[in-house]
Amino acid sequence: MTAETSTRSVIVEREFPHPPEKLWRALTESSLIEQWLMKNDFQPVKGQVFSLRSTPVPNWDGVINCKVVALEAHKTLSYTWGTMGSESVVTWTLTPTESGTHVRVEQAGFRPDQEANFKGAQYGWKKFLGSLERVVGEMK
Amino acid sequence: MRVLFPSGLRDFLLTIHNRLVMVLVMPNAADNLFRALADPTRRAIFERLTRDGGQTVHALTVGAGVSQPMVSKHLSALKRARLVRNRRKGRETHYQARPEALAPLVDWIGHYSAFWQDKFDQLENVLERMDKE
Repeated sequence: MTAETSTRSVIVEREFPHPPEKLWRALTESSLIEQWLMKNDFQPVKGQVFSLRSTPVPNWDGVINCKVVALEAHKTLSYTWGTMGSESVVTWTLTPTESGTHVRVEQAGFRPDQEANFKGAQYGWKKFLGSLERVVGEMK
Repeated sequence: MRVLFPSGLRDFLLTIHNRLVMVLVMPNAADNLFRALADPTRRAIFERLTRDGGQTVHALTVGAGVSQPMVSKHLSALKRARLVRNRRKGRETHYQARPEALAPLVDWIGHYSAFWQDKFDQLENVLERMDKE
């Protein structure tokens, strides 16, 4: 283990053949957000507290607590992502392109100890976890 | 390799980690986990508890392919790794799975990456539908 104190992020990017205005609606209108992310009471107001609600499963109520920290119409939207005592920040950036919009989402603020250091362990964990997850997924 | 999850469970997995990372002293806990799950019989017992719910040692022995003392031994190893908990009920001991103990093994950064990829796919569908409205 290193003494690293910086945090880590996840970045996912994709280009969509749609204009930024339309992307913005999908990212900021509650009924549209529900269709691709989760049930929510989002409002596009800086400082607004909202929650995302996934299907509850054993040991988790399915709630993610969020707060809008920044927004600039058709360009950028940022909110906190808090679950069970841990918080990260999700930031959306829209950039117009010739054929649509480049969308970048960054989820930042993971501490190094939140990245499991066991990737590549020789036990075939992923396979095992895969089947375990299937099983747990079928639990009532 | 990318593992696909039922969405509810993936959200759950993403979350339990945050809670447990603070509880589990990573190196020791992970060692116990690796050791406990390296054995296929133990893994099968654990999966069965996860799939079918809590059971007695006796019930677990049926179909385990090993003797009851061996099943008990495996359960002790799972308990040391905090993968199961037990309680006595009369003369029987009931065991229950604690799947949340797997949290240290999960690559959270990777899962969030898969999570957003998945959400992007759904976002794409929503954008297509918006055209038709």
